[in-house]
Amino acid sequence: MGMTNIKSVSRNTWLTLCASLAGIILLFVIEENFDRFTMQIFKLCAINVILALSLNLINGFTGLFSLGHAGFMGIGAYTCALLAMTPAQKEANFILQPIVPWLLDVHLPFLPALLASGLVAGLLGWLLGVVAMRLRDDYLAIATLGFSEIIRVVLTNAQPITNGSLGLKGLPRYTTMWWAWGSAIVVTVFLVLLIKSSYGRAFKSIRDNEIASEAMGINVFGMKVLSFAISSFLAGIAGGLLAHYLTTIDPKQFFFLKTFDILLIVVLGGVGSITGSIIAAIAVTASMELLRFLDGPLNFGFMVTSGTPGLRMVFFSALLMIVVIFRQQGLMGTSEFSWDALARIGLLPRRKRSHRSNGKTGKERVE
Amino acid sequence: MDLQTFLQQFVNALSLGSLYALIAIGYTMVYGILRLINFAHGDIFMIGGYLAFYGVSIFVMPWWLSVCLAIVLTTAFGVVLERAAYRPLRDSPRISIMISAIGASFLIENLAIVLFDARPKAFPVPDLFGANYVIEGVHIAAVSLIIPVVTAVLLAILLWIVHRTRTGMAMRAVSTDVDAARLMAIDVDRIVSITFAIGSALAAIGGIMWALKYPRLEPLMGIMPGMKCFIAAVVGGIGSIAGAVLGGLLLGLIELMTIAFLPELTGYKDAFAFILLIVVLLVKPTGLLGKNQGEKV
Repeated sequence: MGMTNIKSVSRNTWLTLCASLAGIILLFVIEENFDRFTMQIFKLCAINVILALSLNLINGFTGLFSLGHAGFMGIGAYTCALLAMTPAQKEANFILQPIVPWLLDVHLPFLPALLASGLVAGLLGWLLGVVAMRLRDDYLAIATLGFSEIIRVVLTNAQPITNGSLGLKGLPRYTTMWWAWGSAIVVTVFLVLLIKSSYGRAFKSIRDNEIASEAMGINVFGMKVLSFAISSFLAGIAGGLLAHYLTTIDPKQFFFLKTFDILLIVVLGGVGSITGSIIAAIAVTASMELLRFLDGPLNFGFMVTSGTPGLRMVFFSALLMIVVIFRQQGLMGTSEFSWDALARIGLLPRRKRSHRSNGKTGKERVE
Repeated sequence: MDLQTFLQQFVNALSLGSLYALIAIGYTMVYGILRLINFAHGDIFMIGGYLAFYGVSIFVMPWWLSVCLAIVLTTAFGVVLERAAYRPLRDSPRISIMISAIGASFLIENLAIVLFDARPKAFPVPDLFGANYVIEGVHIAAVSLIIPVVTAVLLAILLWIVHRTRTGMAMRAVSTDVDAARLMAIDVDRIVSITFAIGSALAAIGGIMWALKYPRLEPLMGIMPGMKCFIAAVVGGIGSIAGAVLGGLLLGLIELMTIAFLPELTGYKDAFAFILLIVVLLVKPTGLLGKNQGEKV
């Protein structure tokens, strides 16, 4: 821990600052110069980054195979939509049965609505986590999948609250480039800090050996529930962003196959790598659009929903199989992006060895 | 609710439950041997239905020939699936092999959408199965009678294989302890293949009978029945064939009887199975007929 270390930290800090600045400029450039179609893809990338990170937290870092993400997204999407719509919009949507009176007059700005969607999803995740974390491995997976389906069925049937299978239309288009990427960056930084904290180390120790970590005095059950709740919270936020990105939501979008789409990203990026999830989320979302031609002329519109998959989805599911069978660690394994790593492989000028690795938020990879 | 309605629902529940049981057996056998939830099992079920459909509609075969061929081809498909997607990962962590199962299911579904077309197809029901009888005011479709009988016959054959043949003995041995079975000169790969073959054949028969009962084919038709049948297997006690049958019948009965008694819950039908699953997992994780396996460190 001498001069070299201080120097290296300052170099890395400079690099980080420059990269952040470059990222902000890039967002400006994109916002100013690209058409709406391209912008939509960029926004979807950000939403998928959040989803992949939140699934990776529970599956990759805590080692609990959860398949309930679609349900928590649904909770977040509906909470955010119902809080942010104006009473007039709600009345226009609920044609079969009027909305319950206590919900009609609630009208919040986007930020409180978004936070509320995360909190509702997180609270539900905490409650369900207390139940589900008594199970392990594949039983946990199937139980969380069950939660997701129960949530979807309730969303479909609770007509006076959710407008049932008709869904909600005409939501305000709040999810701008800044909201989407801003949230993605905040979530990334939060997750990096979380993983480096004692909580994160506890999560990873549970993943590596549950019995040993219990012997070390870690409250295994409590940590599992906490990880599940945080993951649900983030899924809820992503759901809220998604709702105001699509401007139309209905319960079918949150069928459990949606979870598999996110799982695809996490596995391709590397189970247990924040950097991997970010790169894979962007790569998969972008190539879903680039490969749209595979679906033929029948497919129009710009949204990536699991509603109209075709040859494109065959490609992605085949890719998933190939990765699982031949390269289980995915793109990044459990390693993360850092400036030092870039220097090691010769992309940055080499300098003296330092013992401290300066993990990066990975945001720089956006470019 | 009068007796007539009750009997009507009971007949419906018996045939639905038998179908669930047939598919649940495939899950329970695979899980018993590999400790793997074969997520693709529901899709094998779907393929069985489609192959029978194409045999009749494109190749103009008589229905019995088409059904036999569909069963054989689906069985082969199940064996190939195991070899391609599960065998390379047999020594990997359980999460990897489960992701592989999910991926396989995902791939089959998407391939089916491309190959079979996403639009639903009407399954041609032979006259023999389309008949409808009315006894004491209870409507009984011929299919509803045939399904439980076929299930019972297949179950008898299966139990005979598992308990009376050398292969069955080997299957039970592998399910108890893979390494010990290997030491006893049992070819584990062969036993796993046979298990997948039996499971897939039962799924194919289940799929075809499902299509006779609900004559509408869709590429994603296997997902929901697949999930429910896995749940039936867990409820009955995973690894136990009798348990799978019991769980399947119970699930069919609960689903239809709840709707008959409380029609306002109809919309929640698809959630019953999952609620049942969560309750069973919390109260008696080994299922109704399952054996308790000690936790190994």
